[in-house]
Amino acid sequence: MIEIKNVTKKFGQFTAVDNISLLVNSGEVFAFLGPNGAGKTTTIKMLTTLLKPSHGEIFLNNHNVKEDPHATRKSFGIVFQDPSLDNELTAYENMQFHAILYGISKEIYQNRIVELLRLVELWDRKDSFVKTFSGGMKRRLEIARGLLHHPKVLFLDEPTIGLDPQTRNHIWNYINDLNKKENVTIFFTTHHMEEVERIAQRVAIIDHGKILIVGTIEEILKKAEAPTLEDAFIKLTGSNIREEGANVGLNQMRINSKLMR
Amino acid sequence: MTAIYILWLRQLKRFIRKKASIVGAIGQPIIFLLAIGFGFSPVFAKAGGGDYIQFLAPGIIVMTVLFTSIFTGLEIIWDKQFGFLKETFVAPVPRYQILLGKVLGGATVAMIQGVLVFIITLVAGFRPANIYALPLAFLFLFLVAIVSSALGAAISARLEDMQGFPLIFNFMVQPLFFLSGAIFPLKDLPVVLNVITKVNPFSYGVDGLRFAFSGVNVFNPVLSIAVLAGVFLVILGFGVYQFSKVQL
Repeated sequence: MIEIKNVTKKFGQFTAVDNISLLVNSGEVFAFLGPNGAGKTTTIKMLTTLLKPSHGEIFLNNHNVKEDPHATRKSFGIVFQDPSLDNELTAYENMQFHAILYGISKEIYQNRIVELLRLVELWDRKDSFVKTFSGGMKRRLEIARGLLHHPKVLFLDEPTIGLDPQTRNHIWNYINDLNKKENVTIFFTTHHMEEVERIAQRVAIIDHGKILIVGTIEEILKKAEAPTLEDAFIKLTGSNIREEGANVGLNQMRINSKLMR
Repeated sequence: MTAIYILWLRQLKRFIRKKASIVGAIGQPIIFLLAIGFGFSPVFAKAGGGDYIQFLAPGIIVMTVLFTSIFTGLEIIWDKQFGFLKETFVAPVPRYQILLGKVLGGATVAMIQGVLVFIITLVAGFRPANIYALPLAFLFLFLVAIVSSALGAAISARLEDMQGFPLIFNFMVQPLFFLSGAIFPLKDLPVVLNVITKVNPFSYGVDGLRFAFSGVNVFNPVLSIAVLAGVFLVILGFGVYQFSKVQL
């Protein structure tokens, strides 16, 4: 369960997230949508203890994220938007590192690594160094690693960016299974509206750090008076193309790191 | 505890795979041995200091350990830029364990380099007086290694990129080495230098290592161990605090 109460995050003068409140139920599949620079990643970073909110409170599985980050960390998993692999290790070593860091027993992680590397079709490259991987392969490995320990809440920040429809299909099926079989709460962001329509039970749309609307897809279509989710999204957030100019330094780092991957 | 182990193992794997940097890190000590060691040797002997290589070798070994482990500490900045630090920081592992894994990994890598340079000094003519004191020498090397890698890690926790690196290297790491009694004896020094060298924890590392190898010392070895261990704990505490403040 995720409970966000009046959370604000400021970077200097700039308000990235502006007094948002949100409740995601246990076992729910929740899509968190918004244009580039809307505040999605900042919100996820606050939820995952990487950033501290300027104001407000967050509870994750009844742990106060700000006050008890360590207990919080035990109960979630995350696939980051930016690369976070060790290029000097092999695919298998990256998986193993994660498994041991999360205290998964050897019997479980050995099987799970095989299963997941097969899922993302990297099993035959398990002993290759990550630095030799293409962008898509790194992305797949990143997702496989995020799914390795089965947490109570799984955050996915634009997980399928740059992947072909086949791979996206495999991955969403796996995530859907995880949700159904182990009741894992899924909180994800994406720019692919068909992924949202396929899997999300509820949706929130955020822009300029403020949540514009929360509800099921039907409710949002009705309120926005739009035929499709994409139309509703554009209607609510406007058709201007966004610059992520708010935090130039960080944004530049993000671009750089994307170039490097 | 397995988290500390896997962090340590990662450092070691990364080190062993970078053959070029292993060789590269030996270059500087060799130059020091050749240029300063053999270059100053006649002057040192005339001044009544004895064989300069015997005096300098422990200093060069400490230099290797100090430079290498500070640098492995600073690798945290790379992890930050490549995003890997996020992976470590959202894991259910207490910050102090992440720091300890890093520090022990960096220290191990530095010790390996230190031993390589020790072998090179043997080739250059260095002869430890007492082979049985090798474990004590290892203890001092280890203390120097953990102090410096903890220092590197604590500093890099709050740095965003490598641009601050020359600043750290020239205004902290180099002075720590040059003002530690590694290349000159700590006696009859000008007042200012005398104070600085006594405050510098690495003076105690160099002196302890010299004591282990050749029985010559300025400070009581027990005091040296206590100083290094104490400084390590202080830096470790500071590092844990720094780590808890990191926002990614």
